Amino acid sequence: MSDSIKEDKTIDLKGLPCPMPVVKVNKGIKQVDVGQVLKAIASDPGALTDFPAWAKTSGNEILKTDQEGDDIIFYIKRLK
Amino acid sequence: MENIQEMEKQIAALKAQMDGFDAKVTENKLSMIVFSGDLDKALAAFIIGTGAVAMGMEVVMFFTFWGIPILRAPDKEGKGKDMMSKMFGWMLPKGASKLKLSKMNMGGVGTAMMQSLMKKKNVASLEQMIELAAELEVKIYVCEMSMGLMGFTREEMIDYPGLTYCGVAKFLEEAMNSKVQLFL
Repeated sequence: MSDSIKEDKTIDLKGLPCPMPVVKVNKGIKQVDVGQVLKAIASDPGALTDFPAWAKTSGNEILKTDQEGDDIIFYIKRLK
Repeated sequence: MENIQEMEKQIAALKAQMDGFDAKVTENKLSMIVFSGDLDKALAAFIIGTGAVAMGMEVVMFFTFWGIPILRAPDKEGKGKDMMSKMFGWMLPKGASKLKLSKMNMGGVGTAMMQSLMKKKNVASLEQMIELAAELEVKIYVCEMSMGLMGFTREEMIDYPGLTYCGVAKFLEEAMNSKVQLFL
């Protein structure tokens, strides 16, 4: 269950190691409009620390992080 | 009247100072020197470089000395080389796919094992990372002096968009305006 967060686009980053998850999430966020939400599914455990660092630096907001099995699911709102 | 003249002087002095600040503002940029020609270090350089673009930074990479062979094209030949240049050409790796690990190379066995492990674990190869860097508009500069010293010619380098040959001043200009500088 993902509460009330509705994603506008989903990208699959499973099986990708560093640096691909951040490179691709940075590309993916540009494919949604400002204010919209990108759902990114990664499997690299490093993403748990990397994505918040990326979001902070790139000025986007991680609304929620879920873990289902090996999947790490981020809901990211594009802020600019 | 004297007061006004004094103020004008002060304003002019302030303006001059402000111009100085403009030149000192650091950009959200990463400047990197790639000195090493080892596979592991070259990979690290490109992972940091492409990651930095994802973090919203402009990235410039300067290739010098042992780093230059990373950018040799495997299918191209330099023309009109003297004996020494040819020898450097033979002894140094011809492109990203020919680099060796800085440790545990074990006559090439270690490097081959690492490359097969990378494939298995889906880690991008150095050639793929260079392609990604090009796609992300990472700027590449190549040290002209090292090229000449080792006898490499421009026609034997890879086709990389915007690849530019330069000297130390260009690197320093970029480094001075960069938030982050690295030497690998």
